[in-house]
Amino acid sequence: MRIVVLVKYVPDINADRRFEDCRVVRSPGEGTLNELDENALEAALRIVDSLDDDARAAAEVVALTLAPEQGDLALRKAYQMGVDRGVRVTDDALAGSDYAGTAAALAAAVRRLEADGPVDLVVTGMAALDGLGSVVPALVATELGRPALTFAKKVALADGVLEVVRETDEATETLTAPLPAVLSVADTANTPRMPNFKLIMAARTKTIEAWSLADVGLDAGLVGDAGARTATTHAAPRPAKPEVELVQDKGEGGKALAEFLLRHDLV
Amino acid sequence: MTNRTVLVLLDPAGEVRSSILELLTIGRALGRVEAVTLESPSVEALAQLGAHGVETVHQAELPADLRGDARHLSGVVAATLAAAVRRTDADVVLAPSTFAAKEAVALAGQALGAGVVIDAAGVSEDEQGRIVGTKRVFAGSWDTTSVVTTDVALLTVRANTVVPKPADAAVATEVEGFAVSVDAPLPTVTQRVPVVRDAARPTLEEAATVIAGGRGTGGDFGPVEDLADALGAAVGASRDAVFEGWFDRYVGQTGVTVAPRLYIGAGISGAPHHRGGMQASQVIVAVNSDPEAPIFEICDFAVVGDLADVLPQAAEVIRAHKAAR
Ligand SMILES: Cc1cc2nc3c(=O)[nH]c(=O)nc-3n(C[C@H](O)[C@H](O)[C@H](O)COP(=O)(O)OP(=O)(O)OC[C@H]3O[C@@H](n4cnc5c(N)ncnc54)[C@H](O)[C@@H]3O)c2cc1C
Ligand SMILES: Cc1cc2nc3c(=O)[nH]c(=O)nc-3n(C[C@H](O)[C@H](O)[C@H](O)COP(=O)(O)OP(=O)(O)OC[C@H]3O[C@@H](n4cnc5c(N)ncnc54)[C@H](O)[C@@H]3O)c2cc1C
Repeated sequence: MRIVVLVKYVPDINADRRFEDCRVVRSPGEGTLNELDENALEAALRIVDSLDDDARAAAEVVALTLAPEQGDLALRKAYQMGVDRGVRVTDDALAGSDYAGTAAALAAAVRRLEADGPVDLVVTGMAALDGLGSVVPALVATELGRPALTFAKKVALADGVLEVVRETDEATETLTAPLPAVLSVADTANTPRMPNFKLIMAARTKTIEAWSLADVGLDAGLVGDAGARTATTHAAPRPAKPEVELVQDKGEGGKALAEFLLRHDLV
Repeated sequence: MTNRTVLVLLDPAGEVRSSILELLTIGRALGRVEAVTLESPSVEALAQLGAHGVETVHQAELPADLRGDARHLSGVVAATLAAAVRRTDADVVLAPSTFAAKEAVALAGQALGAGVVIDAAGVSEDEQGRIVGTKRVFAGSWDTTSVVTTDVALLTVRANTVVPKPADAAVATEVEGFAVSVDAPLPTVTQRVPVVRDAARPTLEEAATVIAGGRGTGGDFGPVEDLADALGAAVGASRDAVFEGWFDRYVGQTGVTVAPRLYIGAGISGAPHHRGGMQASQVIVAVNSDPEAPIFEICDFAVVGDLADVLPQAAEVIRAHKAAR
């Protein structure tokens, strides 16, 4: 069993997230492993944990990111959780990639990994907490020609068939597909394990492979600004809200609330 | 007004929800609006589409094995959208910002080689006639503008972006079938249980007013629902309240993203994960017993107090006001 987990390096939601020249600032020290990808890592590691001894010994979990050098931080975190291999795709030509470019590059890297053996499963988070597109998993699946089982809140694998339960806005669904497939997990799918001390120490010195676009065999014209079909032309912080009107409830708080709503025509 | 063709996704096709009426309103400002469905629209839906200026509904004729529950899979909806664009030579596709529609729109964009904007909070055209989507990102703290540089533009649009308006004149709506083939590998749908909607309340995604209850409710959502009824609001929760089993749907960046005219958070601390899903609301109100609650930082109005006292009193005043009107 070989599983590739896609992990994104994103600005910390507690840091001062911002744009400069219409680009997200991804400065070192303010970035982190996308929290929702911890659920993806957990799902992959649990699948491996559930294998019998021989199969587990032969299994490999690869963490893959598309990021500048500081993205290593996401891969180190993945190593701490217990993955076997960390790969980063970095290339100046990737700057400015939109959904299509991002998915094409990630899929190309998965195909490159297939040069040394089949990849049975690609696992992702349900969203990246910066772009919040939630579309990369489905796009990667199509690029790879595999079925996508997305937003899983329950995951089971038996006899090479993946089964997930998910809740969409419209319905609760059970989906199945034989491997190879692409899986995205919701944050309700599991509770990510805490990194253990031994792995934390080991993660510091683990090798991170850095690949260029040429390494994954992708035409630079398909990604980055060159391949982008959308362009961000403007980015500005929203004006600060006026000071909050704070009322202490001394028996009339509800009245004050209702009056605020009426005054602002919100009823 | 140009001679653009704008396709609006209507899935499911039983009713035309307010988010779809918004898309039709946005679409009419860009060109001629047509609808795309994967099943036959109800009589009520057709009447509403007609009132909103839709002359043609393009209804997918799917291969037999995809006509059941599988027709809602994003791969199928995407193939339908892509085929509809090719058939009508459409310039713009609009869909609501649900997780399912986001995937379908992105996949259709991939098939068409076209630019995609997800979660637009506004759609317009620039001086060169290109489609532009505005977005509220980073928990509503930044505004961005994205230009679609391809001939076809596909966008998902958040609810409460515009006030839906019917067309100046109603039209007769015709349904035209068109064949769709799907070659993407799809999962099998072994079970599908549709969500039953509370007919008495607007849905969280679409409501103009949302009240969310958190751990501060201590499990009693009575006061939250009371005020929601007085205001005609949708009810949501924090993720922690849902994990406690007190409510079923939560607001936040992994839950439902809302941007209503009015959001009221009751007994909610305002964690970044929750803020990510509501901070773009136009007016934010909070009721919290802790004067240091982080949610107060992003509020327009707040009451420091016990929600069990404050909410029922507010509901009473509002009901009295409505009765006197
Ligand atoms: C604020 C903002 C708005 C944007 N809006 C648009 C837009 O409207 N249209 C458009 O075409 N592009 C847009 N982009 C660009 C888009 O976000 C990037 O292409 C992005 O890297 C992929 O999309 P996502 O971040 O939304 O990922 P999602 O689809 O939300 O990510 C889902 C999962 O995919 C995996 N994944 C995603 N990206 C990577 C990665 N780089 N490396 C490893 N794994 C990954 C992770 O497992 C993640 O959990 C936007 C970017 C930002 C920051
Ligand atoms: C990966 C991840 C994703 C997450 N996604 C989401 C998400 O999408 N949405 C979400 O909501 N959360 C999400 N969370 C959880 C989030 O981080 C917070 O834990 C959660 O929002 C807190 O819920 P709360 O505000 O109800 O509870 P608390 O933080 O416990 O706050 C309760 C508040 O109620 C107040 N209070 C207590 N009693 C009363 C009373 N009688 N009257 C008035 N006020 C009272 C308290 O002062 C306190 O401020 C996520 C977490 C993770 C790790």
